[in-house]
Amino acid sequence: MEKNMVVSVNPHIYASQTTQTIMRDVLIALFPAVIASIVFFGIRALLVEVVCVVVAVACEWAFEKITGRTCTITDLSAAVTGLILALNLPVGIPIWQAAFGSFVAIVVVKQLFGGIGQNFANPAITARVIMLVAFSGAMTTWAVPAFTDATSAATPLAILGAEGSAGTLPTLAQMFIGARGGSMGETSCLALLLGGVYLIYRKVISWHTPVAFIGTVLVFTALLGQQPLYQVMAGGLFIGAIFMATDYTTSPPTPAGKLIFGLGCGLITVLIRVWGNYPEGVSFSILLMNILNPYISEWTKTKPFGGVQA
Amino acid sequence: MFKGKLHGIHAPHRKNTVECAPTRMPVPATIVVPMSMNIGAPAKPVVKVNDTVKVGQLIAEAGGFMSAPIYSGVSGKVKRLDEIVGSNGRFDTVIVIESDGEQAVWEGVKPPVVTDKASFVEAVRQCGCVGLGGAGFPTSVKLNVDPDRVHAIIINGAECEPYITSDTRTMIDNADDVIYGAQLLQKYYTADRIVIGIEDNKPQCVKIMEEAGKGVPGFEVAALPALYPQGGEKVLIYNTTGEVVPEGKLPIDVGAIVINCTTLAVIAKYIRTGMPLVEKVVTVDGSAIQNPQNVIAPVGTPIQDILNFVGLKCEPKKVLYGGPMMGISVPSLEAPIMKNTNAVLAFDEKDAEDPVPSACIRCGRCVAHCPFNLMPAAIESAYNNKEPETLKALKVNLCMECGCCSFSCPARRPLVQVNKLAKAMLNKYNAEQKEAAEKKKAKEEAAAKEKEAV
Repeated sequence: MEKNMVVSVNPHIYASQTTQTIMRDVLIALFPAVIASIVFFGIRALLVEVVCVVVAVACEWAFEKITGRTCTITDLSAAVTGLILALNLPVGIPIWQAAFGSFVAIVVVKQLFGGIGQNFANPAITARVIMLVAFSGAMTTWAVPAFTDATSAATPLAILGAEGSAGTLPTLAQMFIGARGGSMGETSCLALLLGGVYLIYRKVISWHTPVAFIGTVLVFTALLGQQPLYQVMAGGLFIGAIFMATDYTTSPPTPAGKLIFGLGCGLITVLIRVWGNYPEGVSFSILLMNILNPYISEWTKTKPFGGVQA
Repeated sequence: MFKGKLHGIHAPHRKNTVECAPTRMPVPATIVVPMSMNIGAPAKPVVKVNDTVKVGQLIAEAGGFMSAPIYSGVSGKVKRLDEIVGSNGRFDTVIVIESDGEQAVWEGVKPPVVTDKASFVEAVRQCGCVGLGGAGFPTSVKLNVDPDRVHAIIINGAECEPYITSDTRTMIDNADDVIYGAQLLQKYYTADRIVIGIEDNKPQCVKIMEEAGKGVPGFEVAALPALYPQGGEKVLIYNTTGEVVPEGKLPIDVGAIVINCTTLAVIAKYIRTGMPLVEKVVTVDGSAIQNPQNVIAPVGTPIQDILNFVGLKCEPKKVLYGGPMMGISVPSLEAPIMKNTNAVLAFDEKDAEDPVPSACIRCGRCVAHCPFNLMPAAIESAYNNKEPETLKALKVNLCMECGCCSFSCPARRPLVQVNKLAKAMLNKYNAEQKEAAEKKKAKEEAAAKEKEAV
């Protein structure tokens, strides 16, 4: 072993993508939605986002410090979780509640199950669902978005569900750019779509889950005689389908699995929206499908090339 | 039956030496010739210390059916026979020959008489040829098949590894030898098709081979997408014939013989001139190399001599036999180039750095890029949990260690390494199972006999 030469197993070169670059790409893809949240809901949106990100990263750091694990805050996954959670909250959420949500997401849902790659459900979604139950008042108090003459801040889904008595529906154009009531990062389909296209271009996500998810909602609501375009652009469908249902750890790895996963999410979303007590079902649907993920992954296992069944 | 496209990765090409016609390096002062340069039994030395040898002279005979003879690449004197630890980690005998610089050719070098298939296979055996793509499978063993079973002869000119251009140079400089070899195979095996598979990042090779193969019945050039590992044997068979080689079977079981283009050129040269495999064209490249180029060097030339010849930019921190995807890193620059060495890559400190693995994020890239549709992440957890039955179900035994999973893993998990270990675990388990079953059977038989006797 002269000169201390490095001896290692092949391969000796690697693709440029690392966990960190993937998470950085997700943050970049969320940037348009962050801008949209500030444009439509004011500077307080930024405050909530910063709080959620900082608390998420701090919780990750502290947990790993206390338990003596390797610090993973530089992989940026905690920042992604914090930001996605923030974008799923109403702008008026009390700051301490937002911080509590980040704590739940990182410590309870992610770290207690073993950290990155080990959680069975998406941390941001689970935290949001817990907050929805714990702080149902604050979590469903919607602010009036800028650039609208709407007097009611009710979300389009609430309006659709109440059959015209809760206010007037925004136009489809308003829905697309995001001038409507709702969680601060979910309203602008345009901004989320930009992020989605960027993620697919950067090969961070594949098209299968978002297309299956949104497509199922479109077709299913049309079949039920709902207003499919409103249904697709309303609620948290875009942010859910593009940024949360595509979470690596809690969704299947193969294209077939991703299609089934997206289909299941879409079906459950519509079932909850149309027949459930909650106006919105995206979070619940993803959470439920997260739980089914191990089974879907098992069913859609790849078939080895040339493999012979014993 | 499997349908669809095989996965792979878009590895960087880095074929910096395509334009470099091979240069013959000065005769090394000594060559170190290992006896294990092929899959199977090592060769047996037939020379003693102080014997004089010439270029092309037999220095070791085949050590069994699965073996190949070895010839000297220099003229000079046998200095000693040593025991060393070879590149595969096992002990190996080496013959150290001190060169006299004359390069006198052995009197016994003369073209073999080839009249039929048997004499052709014998000539291939005498030539000392092994799979020069890197595997080192004795070529005569591969060709020792019933000609009626051969439907397609597939010449491997894919050269899918980054950096390496030695096969490319074979196709550019020795196209006639490749075609002559193909004609010989056609003559003795009467296959319906002779296909040469070339990645389409080498358009000049596609053109040259098309030109050279004109008029050869059944000959065709398949320009294949430059998707690593296009040159993997089973991958190449599938992409040129659509046939899937099943688990535990050989290419001949689907009617195919796959032979590397340089191997074929070496055989053709031997049959033309009688000069066996004694030297190799190796691509010398990498971030520590001053002037990347192709070098002709006798088999057994120490890597240090080659690096001295081409010049180093800095001290090499990692040196490989072969390409960066499947190459083997050498522990010492005294290690010699072997029959199946097609490149020597030397990397600087930065490129030699081992990546730091982090937790699996279950992104599925290892699955999405595996040419054989295996699930490396699942294999890793089954290995860590010591579950050989699961490894069996996951078909880890099919893994060809191409490196696509590790290459694409964003968490830099050592997946190839784990696959290697998992394969060893599964082999051991299978052997134990077999032994236990045999013991049980023997016991039962003994008990039955006892009963009968009573």
